[in-house]
Amino acid sequence: MTLSSILIQLLNGLASASSLFLVSAGLSLIFGVTRIVNFAHGSLYMLGLYGAYTLIEVLGRTPLGFWSAVVLAALAVGIAGVLIEVLVLRRVYRAPELFQLLATFAVVLVIKDIALFAWGPEDLVGPRAPGFDTAVEILGKRIPSYDLLLIAIGPVVLAVLWLLLTRTRWGALVRAATQDREMVGALGVDQAKLFTSVFFAGAVLAGLGGALQIPREPANLDLDLAIIADAFVITVVGGLGSIGGAFLAAILIGVAKAFCIGIGTVDWFGLEISFSKLTLVVEFLIMALVLVVRPYGLLGKPQAVQRIAAEPSPPLTAPTWKMALVWMAVLVAVPLVADRYVTILLTDIVCFALFAVSLHFIMGPAGMVSFGHAAYFGLGAYAAGLLFKQAGLPMEAALLLAPLCAGAFAIVYGWFCVRLSGVYLAMLTLAFAQISWSIVFQWDSFTGGSNGVLGIWPSAWLADKTTYYYLALACCGLGIAFLWRVLFSPFGFTLRAGRDSPLRAEAIGIDLRGVQWAAFVLVGALAGLAGAVYAFSKGSISPSAISIAQSTDGLIMVLLGGVETLTGPIVGAAIFTWLRDEVARRTEFWRAVMGGVILVIVLLFPQGLVGGLKALALRWQEQRA
Amino acid sequence: MLEVKNVHAFYGRAHILHGVSLDAAAGEVVALLGRNGAGKSTAMKAIMGLVPPSQGEVVFEGRRIERLPPYRIARLGLGYVPEERRIFTDLTVMENLEVGRQSAREGVSGWTEDKLFALFPNLSEMRSRPGGRMSGGEQQMLTIARTLMGNPRCVLLDEPSEGLAPIIVEQMANSIRALKREGLTVLLSEQNLHFSQAVADRAYIIEKGQIRFGGTMAELASDVSLREQYLSV
Repeated sequence: MTLSSILIQLLNGLASASSLFLVSAGLSLIFGVTRIVNFAHGSLYMLGLYGAYTLIEVLGRTPLGFWSAVVLAALAVGIAGVLIEVLVLRRVYRAPELFQLLATFAVVLVIKDIALFAWGPEDLVGPRAPGFDTAVEILGKRIPSYDLLLIAIGPVVLAVLWLLLTRTRWGALVRAATQDREMVGALGVDQAKLFTSVFFAGAVLAGLGGALQIPREPANLDLDLAIIADAFVITVVGGLGSIGGAFLAAILIGVAKAFCIGIGTVDWFGLEISFSKLTLVVEFLIMALVLVVRPYGLLGKPQAVQRIAAEPSPPLTAPTWKMALVWMAVLVAVPLVADRYVTILLTDIVCFALFAVSLHFIMGPAGMVSFGHAAYFGLGAYAAGLLFKQAGLPMEAALLLAPLCAGAFAIVYGWFCVRLSGVYLAMLTLAFAQISWSIVFQWDSFTGGSNGVLGIWPSAWLADKTTYYYLALACCGLGIAFLWRVLFSPFGFTLRAGRDSPLRAEAIGIDLRGVQWAAFVLVGALAGLAGAVYAFSKGSISPSAISIAQSTDGLIMVLLGGVETLTGPIVGAAIFTWLRDEVARRTEFWRAVMGGVILVIVLLFPQGLVGGLKALALRWQEQRA
Repeated sequence: MLEVKNVHAFYGRAHILHGVSLDAAAGEVVALLGRNGAGKSTAMKAIMGLVPPSQGEVVFEGRRIERLPPYRIARLGLGYVPEERRIFTDLTVMENLEVGRQSAREGVSGWTEDKLFALFPNLSEMRSRPGGRMSGGEQQMLTIARTLMGNPRCVLLDEPSEGLAPIIVEQMANSIRALKREGLTVLLSEQNLHFSQAVADRAYIIEKGQIRFGGTMAELASDVSLREQYLSV
């Protein structure tokens, strides 16, 4: 590489870093004060791009039109943020944190469909910025002047934010609330107003980050989850709640990505390394590295202890044999009376039920929330497909070995993850899922790249859909029964002890990390089993099985059913899978419908469906007594 | 000024307060005495709305406040100084005071930074020091000053002498007497009987979430068996 090409990549990276910084700073601000991991933040960024596109069309492609469009789009997104806060999140601040997360997932779904309805499925390419549509020559290379402008905007916004936070009363309140919001309330500050203002500020930053990208990037519907992954990585690498850290991390990651694209394929000692393929992975590698060395990010501090004491999780009750047998009998009998379509749907449901139960095991009793559980589901599915296609193993052998492969990945990923806790842990699981996804997505010669692995059908004796359903029911049913059994073994008690009181658990001689690691591997293997069964039922597997969307689907299933009951995840998986299927057949806007349903449930049953129904049943019994 | 009637409160499922009743008249300094875990802090938090009472009434200046959120209670003129101090460690002394600022209300001499620095001279020398880099005594001064910035008519002081060096405890007693001279009503919780005797007009004794005694400091001083039963360690 020559000096000038290094400079080009550097400037390129810095230009992308600006938008990343704006989005991440907003996310960090919102998380700091409200403690909500706002998954909808990427959606706000996406709205910024779409909004700017439309407003420029309306206001004209003049400098005045362009810049007022950018500002207005950012403000409009700020108002959208306020609406989300006031209409949805304010109502669930007292609900468990995970339920707030579920609410933001629902908002993601709704916004995606609003964008689809308003702007259509096509990518929208915005105009170049009037006045900044030329290139500047530096060291013989041409650099778009707009990039240089973006590079300048980053530090300017950082300075403005810094002044706001350190020189105004609002800033003092925000920083105080980040540390102890209950105390701020006891001093007479209306938290609701403070939260709304913080949401507005955070949303404006996301919207501005998006609007400024319109000359560089077409507006499209996949931006929401793509940017949220980047923003999570940056806030975590920088340290949650640290605006300066976010700036540093945005530059680090923006530049690293640009260099990976710029370097291209390099031949090192006969080994061909494609750096451009590393682009999708590099930020997650940086994140994994940073978190191992500095568990609270570059400039972060250990998270303030939560003042609002959450109710401890109630003890789990084991399902009775009688109930289990009744349900098994029903599930075995259904294909005898129902048609082929129902059988296929049921096969999906049992696969996702095991997936959801394994996720529940790790986030409920083990207390480690995973944002990337699809990694093990997808890796299990791919392992099954590849062992069958590439290694030529019989289907039965591939199905049995696949969970072991997923478990093997969980051994590696889990080793890193159990060293962290809380949001940092959740983000690292997301990082590993994204690393897996990008490897699978890009390794065309082995995994089939974006096409996936095709033609993986079960053996002849299982070819009939009903027979395969029974196999799936047996595999997943046994998997679920096994996980539940483990929960009531000494190992399960140890896990729950470690979740409720980590210090005391260690003080009585429990190797907490070891126990958590083992749990991680166990659920990884069983999620892999679910994936393998799923792959053979579909006959193909694609990278979407490892995507963030697949991970959030799992979270929705668990949270919808309720994380405090064992049967909740199964009910959640069944309802989610069935509903998605039903709604998707009727309307193009199935996401909005799903999101709406989830929001209604979140607002009506803050304990999840099964928990809410149990509470209702209890009240009914009390009234009768 | 402040009247608590038959208040019950829970932490999760644990029933902490079993019908606590007490009152403080305008300009009075009242001590709530009791051992660790007797329910002193919970009583303070219940009045402030931080642990909403499940039953009973809290009346402040003729207004029922037991259903109000803490910020509304604070804005009515009831200040709260928590036991663990809960200083904003990332914020400077001046910024901590800023967070506590509320507009002045009728009938109360408005507190300003300068007036507070006169009351707590130590603080004036460390205006831009982050709260996290102050000693325990300085933090205790700051947390009281921060609450006073809200211009309260009545202050709840949760164990103001806890963990402080004897000389600082002496300063704290002087400060509380100064607050009384300003016309403030003070309800303070304490384990330290000597400290309470130095500042309070009346006292209550709380044990297992119930009030066991209420009377003047002189009555308490003359009753040895009472002190031995509820206060000695």
